[in-house]
Amino acid sequence: MDLASLTIKQAHEGLKKKEFSSVDLTKAYLSQIKKSDKDLNAFLFVTEKLAMAQAEEADKKITSGKFGELTGVPCAIKDAILVEGQKCTSASKILENYTAPYDATVIKKLKAEGAVILGKTNLDEFAMGGSGENSAYGATKNPHDKTRVAGGSSSGSAAAVAANQACYSLGSDTGGSIRLPSSFCGVVGLKPTYGAVSRYGLIAFGSSLDQIGPIAKNVEDIKIVFKVISGRDKMDATSVDYNFKDSETGLKGLKIGVPKEYFAMPAGRQVKGIEPEVEKIIRNAIKKSEDAGAEIEEISLPSSEYALACYYIIATSEASANLARFDGIRYGLSEPAKNLLDVYLKSKGHGFGAEVKRRIMIGTYSLSSGYYDAYYKKAQEVRQLIKNDFAKAFEKVDLIFCPVSPVPAIKIGERINDPLSMYLMDIYTVSVNLAGLPGLSLPAGRQVCQDGTNLPVGLQIIGNHFEENKILAVAEELEKML
Amino acid sequence: MISKDEVKHIAKLARLELTEKEIGKMQKDLSAILDYFNLLKKSPSPAKILSQQNLGGQAREDKVVSSHDIRDELIAAAPDKKDDYIKVKAIL
Repeated sequence: MDLASLTIKQAHEGLKKKEFSSVDLTKAYLSQIKKSDKDLNAFLFVTEKLAMAQAEEADKKITSGKFGELTGVPCAIKDAILVEGQKCTSASKILENYTAPYDATVIKKLKAEGAVILGKTNLDEFAMGGSGENSAYGATKNPHDKTRVAGGSSSGSAAAVAANQACYSLGSDTGGSIRLPSSFCGVVGLKPTYGAVSRYGLIAFGSSLDQIGPIAKNVEDIKIVFKVISGRDKMDATSVDYNFKDSETGLKGLKIGVPKEYFAMPAGRQVKGIEPEVEKIIRNAIKKSEDAGAEIEEISLPSSEYALACYYIIATSEASANLARFDGIRYGLSEPAKNLLDVYLKSKGHGFGAEVKRRIMIGTYSLSSGYYDAYYKKAQEVRQLIKNDFAKAFEKVDLIFCPVSPVPAIKIGERINDPLSMYLMDIYTVSVNLAGLPGLSLPAGRQVCQDGTNLPVGLQIIGNHFEENKILAVAEELEKML
Repeated sequence: MISKDEVKHIAKLARLELTEKEIGKMQKDLSAILDYFNLLKKSPSPAKILSQQNLGGQAREDKVVSSHDIRDELIAAAPDKKDDYIKVKAIL
């Protein structure tokens, strides 16, 4: 039996039946990481000592008979989430030597369940990017084709699950950072409703958009992790009480909304950038849902065309404020200089990478005197329009189906010199964050490329606020059919 | 197209040191991105803007809570310190 290929549920069953121990399981993953990560670069560092200690603890718990589904099951954590006593770099040079002083709330919850933490995964620096190439420590490669990116920003978290380097992982999603790499790597990823999961201990990017969520091999596993990490936390005032209840919703009789703005127009006017092959795979998933008894309804999200611009103004504005804390005084890189201003200038100038600087600049510009009304304030208005669009849509439909990305995994280097073309990959994911909705990426098929590689394509399932249960119930039914 | 001086002004506001080469690239990238943002000009305005992203979260009571358990770790993270104090360069 290949232990590293098991799902959470299968690993749990094996541990329960004493077919193997958590130490066996942990060693299997560690050896898989050693074997494959030189090529993939999914991990920034492996926490072997911590993992082995946790595995031994878990085995004791299992022997005692009182244990949960995550006990002894090894996972990987995006390196923007604090794990006490371990380094946390956010893939930035500015935090190269930073050690986390406490556990993020999600980590506390996982530890309480007896989870095993294998290591911290690679990402775009400060979670800013869609390809993983903005990591200061090199891009994560796609396990399906190593000449391609794994997607971002939770690139290592998605690649690690796809390459059997971890049973599941945690990522964070500000504008698609869980869903996009999940789609590119062919795994399942959930961006929860804003407020469903505590953000305490997640290095902040865009605070009104950020959410932590799980990445796993199947929908059932996503549900197991989501149940554990969700809920109100007094350390995050935006988090809410959450009682997950399994939903009876199924495809039969389900009303699925398909936004007309996201697809090719009837007269052959194609949405700029969506690959026909991607559209075919998504259309096929919708057709299969219809065959299983779902009602498909074309809906309109009229403000869609403004979503990307709106998102990049709000996200960068919030980022420019959040990243002001990296000033060389309290933690992180500090460049020696004659006066205080130079400490700031040099520490930030030397510590941040190109994309982070670009976003700080865009955000500072959008918030600056003379431009605030035309950019930041206007974006807030548009954000309201986008929220209204979804609210109206969910009066008529239960869930919305659409692509995660207009393209499958791109080649490494393909868009890195053209930031705007990189941003355009987020066209279908950012609206969900602006509206605070939950969204899931489900593997829907493979696109056969000219060079013969098969690249995964993800279907995005969007639900109304706090209706993760509906998304998961339908996704579970659908994953058997795709 | 935004000017080099504008780029320098924004960098100063952001407390970001940029090299001459970075300023040139930034000028080009920012111009393209800000041009794209102009799309928003043709969007209508909503009747009203509801509160920010609050889906039921609650602020905690405004009460001082001790974080003594991680005090030492927090101070240890500072690059320049003396005893229990974080050192900052004189600003006067």
